[in-house]
Amino acid sequence: MSPQSPQRWTRKDLLGIADLSAGEIELILNTADSFAEIGERPIKKVPTLRGKTVINLFFEASTRTRSSFEIAEKRLSADNINFSTSGSALEKGETLVDTAMNLQAMAPDLVVIRHGHPGVPHMLASRIKAGVINAGDGAHEHPTQALLDAYTIRRHKKKIAGLKVAILGDIEHSRVVRSNIHLLHKLGAKVTVGGPRTLMPVAMEKMGVDVSYSLDEAIHGADVIMMLRVQLERQGKMSFPSIREYFQLFGLTTERLKAAKDDVIIMHPGPMNRGVEISSELADGPYSVILEQVTHGVSVRMAVLYLLSGVHEEAM
Amino acid sequence: MSKLLIHGGRVIDPSQDLDGVFDLLIEDGEVAKIDGAIKKPKGAEAFDASGRVVSPGLIDIHVHLREPGQEYKETVRTGTMAAAAGGFTAVACMANTEPVNDNRSVTELILSEAEKWGYARVHPIGAISKGLNGEELAEIGEMLRAGAVAVSDDGKPVMNAELMRRALLYAQHFGVAVIQHAEDLTLTGAGVMHEGEWSTKLGLPGIPGAAEDVMVARDIILAEDTAGRYHVAHLSTARSLDMCRRAKAQGLRVTCEVAPHHLILTDEEVAKSGFSTNTKMKPPLRSARDREALVNGLADGTVDCIASDHAPHHADEKDVQFNLAPFGILGLETTLSLCLDRLVRPGILSLPRLVELLSTGPARVLNLPGGTLKTGSPADVTVFDPDEKVTIRAAAFRSRSRNTPFDAWTLRGRPVATFLGGRRVVV
Repeated sequence: MSPQSPQRWTRKDLLGIADLSAGEIELILNTADSFAEIGERPIKKVPTLRGKTVINLFFEASTRTRSSFEIAEKRLSADNINFSTSGSALEKGETLVDTAMNLQAMAPDLVVIRHGHPGVPHMLASRIKAGVINAGDGAHEHPTQALLDAYTIRRHKKKIAGLKVAILGDIEHSRVVRSNIHLLHKLGAKVTVGGPRTLMPVAMEKMGVDVSYSLDEAIHGADVIMMLRVQLERQGKMSFPSIREYFQLFGLTTERLKAAKDDVIIMHPGPMNRGVEISSELADGPYSVILEQVTHGVSVRMAVLYLLSGVHEEAM
Repeated sequence: MSKLLIHGGRVIDPSQDLDGVFDLLIEDGEVAKIDGAIKKPKGAEAFDASGRVVSPGLIDIHVHLREPGQEYKETVRTGTMAAAAGGFTAVACMANTEPVNDNRSVTELILSEAEKWGYARVHPIGAISKGLNGEELAEIGEMLRAGAVAVSDDGKPVMNAELMRRALLYAQHFGVAVIQHAEDLTLTGAGVMHEGEWSTKLGLPGIPGAAEDVMVARDIILAEDTAGRYHVAHLSTARSLDMCRRAKAQGLRVTCEVAPHHLILTDEEVAKSGFSTNTKMKPPLRSARDREALVNGLADGTVDCIASDHAPHHADEKDVQFNLAPFGILGLETTLSLCLDRLVRPGILSLPRLVELLSTGPARVLNLPGGTLKTGSPADVTVFDPDEKVTIRAAAFRSRSRNTPFDAWTLRGRPVATFLGGRRVVV
């Protein structure tokens, strides 16, 4: 289980894609390749992280990401514990720093954290000895999502450099888009973001992307289309008047898809709002790789857990 | 008769266009004489200011002393000690205490505390509205009679335009300024940093510059209609500054202050510091373009004074995630060194202009005594070294709080001594 790559992993934490080099990203993706096969075995378990303790700390509801991490941890034989906001100390008024210090006192090896506020994984990482994996911090970063997206794209397109990727929808509230922009740029893809002006953060072009307010224009010639979930729970009444109107203007439909390349793939980080940002026909259709993303998520997270756990160093 | 001779220093007093090496004689707490070489009178004490600058006592017209009600953050005692340590002989403190300084008894309490400790003069600013609720006028006349010097709901904007109009009218009975914390809260929303490149990259909710600008625009219109005396607190954007510039040219009684952190740091600092909550304040650190405009506004005279918005918060309150931390940082013990190092040293401001912005200017804005070394005025004097190297040590602050983004910064220039009514303040 030692991946062949000149790059060595030296970081304690995985806080975001912005900090990573292209070499580090490729190391994770290559490592994920070697883990992917485990998921196809009848006995989906290896002893790699036996004796390592992983805490999954979720301050925001999550089904997909949390299950994906849990499965990845279990397949690697780590001991894992889950904390979520419901009933946790935080709801009793404990500060994040106190929570961090208490976790540290239990000597975990890794902490996977999701929080609604940007910067929380960074704060945790600076306080505790355990490695910290950012599983989403507000609208800031979601590095493992971007990595699994890249893994999925690589599987289909064999490369990332030179691809045209359109990321569409609620850009403002999306951590997925920010991590993906960093990653795709580092690996040489060209990114266009598109969506309603009311959900486009100011100065988006400073992230090095093309910004389009027309779905048709953004999709034109795309190799990859990533639809973002409209975060209905985060919208006031001021971003768009109705779901009906949103779908008419910014929903991905078969008709609109014609502007993309013939071999386009459609991605979505989930959970999907069918009939809001994407039609069911496309979500379930031949261009969709949405469920594959979920499958690859486990391999990519196994790779991240493995690299951050330091066992590859210990074995040397 | 007590006498003190401060000799050999470079005396800079913008109130009388004075800049040169002079001796300064103080008698019975008042400036008695400034001259080329004054012979030390018999029995007089002496202070050697050679190589240093002697200026009218510095005045910070925007501080939060937190007393009464939040003494765990700061008190009148610790806040005025911080002032003295930072070279300030007078401060004007905002009304957002608990209870709010919206009536005479709170004003009197603050003044009596200040009197008791005697580290610096304290000029309370009364609330515009009862309880800072933005709905009805506080007893402004009574507070002013008790010693308040201006009115402001600082910490909160006066959102209600009609209340603002009334305040601008009513304050004219007393000749005091109405100080606005200019922020349209509907545009701020859940914002925690400047809305721009860095809020986008960090995924933090933004506070657009327009939140300040629409309020300044509205208020200038009201100041024009009422002929009121209007002062913009902690002005932070290029556009608000432009509006003040035009209002002044038009002859309106509009003034503005700028805080050192807005002159030195930009929104990028939030990212560079790794989400440090000591980069979180209101108004937020703005764009590089805004910062540049403010610096130009100092030099061209649009900005009337520098005020620190000294806002102490307990470490426990600040040691939380960025979104939850309270807004505000300390200022009293860093302002002078920061301005000397970052504004005077690079040649942006002359020393006399800086002294004006920190003493004569603020005195003029609030019509305070001080800001001058004219014969017969109270001998509030600051001596500072414009070159000496200093490293900011938050742990050693006189303030009760530690929330500064400038900890461990090494700067050139530092306060050396303050004299209050001719008496050296020791803290």
